[in-house]
Amino acid sequence: MAGEKNVETTGTLGWIDQRFPLTKMVKEHLSEYYAPKNFNFWYFFGSLAMLVLVIQIVTGIFLVMHYKPDAEMAFDSVEYIMREVPGGWFIRYMHSTGASMFFVVVYLHMTRALIYGSYRKPRELVWIFGVGIFLALMAEAFLGYLLPWGQMSFWGAQVIVNLFAAVPLIGPELAIWIRGDYVVSDATLNRFFSLHVIAIPLVLLGLVVAHIIALHEVGSNNPDGIDIKEKKDKHGRPLDGIPFHPYYTVHDIMGVAGFMIVFMAIVFFAPEMGGFFIEYNNFIPADPLKTPPHIAPVWYFTPFYSMLRATTDPFTWVLAAGCVFAAASLFLKTKGLAKFIVPAILIAVAVSLRMIDAKFWGVVVMGGAVVLLFFLPWLDYSPVRSIRYRPGWHKWLYGIFFANFLVLGYLGTQPPSDAFNLMSQIGTVIYLAFFFLMPVWSRMGTFKPVPDRVVFHAH
Amino acid sequence: MKMMNKLLGAIALSLTCSVAIAAGSDYPWDKAPDKLNDQAALQNGAKIFVNQCLNCHGARSLRYNKLRDIGLTDQQIKESLLFTGEKVGDLMTIAMTKEDGTTWFGAAPPDLSVIARSRSKNAGPPGGDYIYTYMRTFYRDTTQPTGWNNLAFPNAGMPHVMWDAQGPRELTSTLIHQVPKDGEMVWEKITKQYGTEGYWTAEAEILDNYSGAAGETHTFKPLDPRRAAQYDRDMGDLAAFMTWMAEPSQLKRKQIGFWVLVFLGLFFVVAWRLNATYWKHIK
Repeated sequence: MAGEKNVETTGTLGWIDQRFPLTKMVKEHLSEYYAPKNFNFWYFFGSLAMLVLVIQIVTGIFLVMHYKPDAEMAFDSVEYIMREVPGGWFIRYMHSTGASMFFVVVYLHMTRALIYGSYRKPRELVWIFGVGIFLALMAEAFLGYLLPWGQMSFWGAQVIVNLFAAVPLIGPELAIWIRGDYVVSDATLNRFFSLHVIAIPLVLLGLVVAHIIALHEVGSNNPDGIDIKEKKDKHGRPLDGIPFHPYYTVHDIMGVAGFMIVFMAIVFFAPEMGGFFIEYNNFIPADPLKTPPHIAPVWYFTPFYSMLRATTDPFTWVLAAGCVFAAASLFLKTKGLAKFIVPAILIAVAVSLRMIDAKFWGVVVMGGAVVLLFFLPWLDYSPVRSIRYRPGWHKWLYGIFFANFLVLGYLGTQPPSDAFNLMSQIGTVIYLAFFFLMPVWSRMGTFKPVPDRVVFHAH
Repeated sequence: MKMMNKLLGAIALSLTCSVAIAAGSDYPWDKAPDKLNDQAALQNGAKIFVNQCLNCHGARSLRYNKLRDIGLTDQQIKESLLFTGEKVGDLMTIAMTKEDGTTWFGAAPPDLSVIARSRSKNAGPPGGDYIYTYMRTFYRDTTQPTGWNNLAFPNAGMPHVMWDAQGPRELTSTLIHQVPKDGEMVWEKITKQYGTEGYWTAEAEILDNYSGAAGETHTFKPLDPRRAAQYDRDMGDLAAFMTWMAEPSQLKRKQIGFWVLVFLGLFFVVAWRLNATYWKHIK
């Protein structure tokens, strides 16, 4: 027949291949996708994130069959799932553990990208889609947390939605528009349910597909930060690359097995994880008239929550001083039109830092701490990608950054106190300075020579 | 690898350390006896719960016939736990409305289905310990509207419902703290005694040469020690039952979990060897 495609496969597969690029896709993404052979432990977390996404979607589908998004019934319907739905407790614990483990896995995945420079050219879009996934994940987790309709669900949502009220001019109307009411209520629960089960998952899936397509277009980075495509054999295959399937599929199966041991140990033996995965206060039904003495978001939001709380009125002086300092140094360093425009903008920001309420800047700092990540590929000027070949003191900088992030996370779980607030402020400065000063420090120091081929020890 | 270990260690640490948030009182909780696997204790706890608690408090997530899980038959449930024409398949609801509860007690008595879980402390003791402590720290106090006060939950709206089962008790509270005197800080000891009728007497004395720490201790003196000891055992059973009731699937969960982990352990070995077999060719 005219117009029929020429394919190598025959039979059923051939029939399909003439109509759909099945074999081509399998080759492109699995059997002939060449990945560096020197992946280490850190490289498990991409596939594990995918696994947790599937767990969340599948368990979520079953939860939606029994859950009632109604302020009068939501709390009891969760207990109904826990008690009356066959296997309901298992499905619910998978979902609640999955939410926290999603963040564990994604944070580790992002740490890998940071230390091996996986966001550097040509992988900027892989990174940007990834940060998009992180943002969508935060939205998904926040929206989903309202659904059990416990005290922490209610007051957590109340606190976060109220943040939007700090936006100048439109703030209060914006907060009401988000809630659909003057306080968090049944209307809020219904829309959060809709966004949690339909809108955000669609965005999340789309971004995951884009993330992987972009990755497979440019190829995976590796712990040495070397381009394996530069050294190829006579067939045009990278010398240090191996087909993703079967080598990394069996490797990832091993990772999945190890991960599932941890995951299931939590599900079956410590589903609340000491009150960090399921907060004990959330076993009290939402009560709009009773504010809990201490409202803390779930652990995965606490580093950013700390930064929000750290931004008090005196602290905006520190931020403003930072802006002025940046304006002065950019004015001295840059040439052309940017010499005037960028410092002028920075000065304007510095002025408004003192003009607008600190609460608003808290929101800006919290959001900015995540948005900043989008620009990472253009902040890092180091001549090498991987931390392995950076100056020794760079490793200390990264160590401080990660430790600081954990400390901020810890502080966010605690009730505010003067000492803790000061620590959060120092932590916030460290976090922001790490990124804003990266164009300066990332090119300083003596870099080690990068080898031609990846470092690999046979198993 | 070393750095990674450090990072993972730090993450594990950050997940486990937390300062527990006291809910209103910092009275230390007694450890409830572990009776989750003791069916007789759970059944006794269920009997106490249905007879004593389930008039003002509901447990609307629990069905009567769920008690089959702790070894009761439908017949036993019908005979000893159903009083007003409920069916064994009914939920443990009560007739009192939230509005009435608020009018009568100041705050509506909360539903107790998951109360044991809600009272647990972050990385701390389970809520069963709280229930065990709360039920055993009531004391007569004429300054309270109900005539009762509580150490674990000061100014509780709930009176000591089972006072007769516990028998009369006296409470001695001793507070040692520093107070200013003649321009310097001295240690003072305040001893406050609540009698069985709820009237209290207090005396203060200045401690010379005191080198201990500040603090408060409370001692109950039961006037009928046998009744009080039986009451303690009953409250252990009640705490165990309410812990079970907050998550009836918990015993089964751990049983299944054991086999799941055994399977995953074997699966990991297979996956590890499979991986090694493929990778031995990669040089």
